[in-house]
Amino acid sequence: MTTAEKNLIEFRGVSWNANGAAEAAIINDVSLEVPRGSTVVLLGRSGSGKTTLLKLINGMHWPSKGDVLVDGRATREWDAIRLRRGIGYVIQEAGLFPHFTVAENVALVPVLENWPREKIAARVKEMLQLVGLEPGEFAGRRPRELSGGQRQRVGVARALAADPPILLMDEPFGALDPVTRAELQREFKALARRLGKTIVLVTHDLREALLLASHIILLEKGRVAASAGPEDFLRLQHPEVLAFAASLDVTGGAA
Amino acid sequence: MTGAWSFMAEHQSEILGATLEHVELVLIAMAAAILIGVPLGMLIVRKAKLRALALGIAGIFQTIPSLALFGFLIPIPFIGGIGKRTAIVALTLYALLPILRNTYVGLTEIDPAVLESAEAMGMTQTQILFRVRFPLGLAVILAGVRTATIITIGVATIAAAIGAGGLGTFIFRGVALVNDSLLLAGAIPAALLAILADFLLGRLERRLRVT
Repeated sequence: MTTAEKNLIEFRGVSWNANGAAEAAIINDVSLEVPRGSTVVLLGRSGSGKTTLLKLINGMHWPSKGDVLVDGRATREWDAIRLRRGIGYVIQEAGLFPHFTVAENVALVPVLENWPREKIAARVKEMLQLVGLEPGEFAGRRPRELSGGQRQRVGVARALAADPPILLMDEPFGALDPVTRAELQREFKALARRLGKTIVLVTHDLREALLLASHIILLEKGRVAASAGPEDFLRLQHPEVLAFAASLDVTGGAA
Repeated sequence: MTGAWSFMAEHQSEILGATLEHVELVLIAMAAAILIGVPLGMLIVRKAKLRALALGIAGIFQTIPSLALFGFLIPIPFIGGIGKRTAIVALTLYALLPILRNTYVGLTEIDPAVLESAEAMGMTQTQILFRVRFPLGLAVILAGVRTATIITIGVATIAAAIGAGGLGTFIFRGVALVNDSLLLAGAIPAALLAILADFLLGRLERRLRVT
């Protein structure tokens, strides 16, 4: 098996600097692999560069050194629009279009891809059911008429609508209350397993990483600090891993 | 005041004629300003150099006292001279800044998360402009049209100074003859027009606002 068959996404010695965008983190010589069908979680503090890595995958950023390969081809060789239409994208607060109904939001990429009307309607219905929203009740609503959790479900439905092989998620559950978050995380885990998508998820929540990941990559100041499966991750002795592990400790280390 | 009312009642048809003339000047100038300002505003969203230039020039026109702007245009060939055409050009230049500025602001002050997901979903910049920025910015653009309309209704009274007619005719005559009735016969309808335009456009604006 070649690496392109095994890995749907691959970073090879990727560096990135902001060119004026002073607030964006700088990426330094990052190499990593995302095998097909896996869920890789990029874990790190704010400013560690995890969102930047995500944007390097769908051509929102281009590497200043090295290559990001998607399906065996460097992103700079892709047509950016084609690349992005094959990659679902979910962000915190969902980023739904407020002037579109729920159905129109979900239909976005199929409409851009000129699918026939009946096929789009059927797909929207299927997607809403998939994320647990009754189409009859929700299809005609506007995003402002939804709760935060419902908006995030629509965000997932929109990202999956054109059946992209890759799903990128940037703190998708970050803005939700803890109960709704846990609910969505559980459902999403089951969904991810069922759909067989290749998922890259960004979070600063170790609990979420342990729950969802098939592989965790810990970032620190734009570099890969540690990398392990969820079952081994907490055994690593790297100081940044220990710092994150301490965040799980509800006693605050008082014992 | 009673003198003014009886004067207006006696000269109904003349006042109505001048009001229609006034509305005509305002409508033509506003149509021209919208046809120039809105597309230009869309163009400068992505072109920083042109943006500074366009907003700067439109800003300069606003700083020229309106009577002087009418005067400056008279000697210019083709667009100048005495009459309606010159007045319409001046009114258009005056209305341009609020429309241009609000178009730019309306199209750019969009929730960054919405623009980020639009881009990440693979929309082209043209698709983002027409399907996301424009519908979401429409209420702000319309607020600019409203401001410009109210300004234009007021400034159009000065157009009478260069022979363009309109309600200013009564005002200038009233000032020259020190006759309050004449002055009010121009000023009251102009004020009512402005209030009406403000009300109607304000309603439309609220209806187009997306929350």
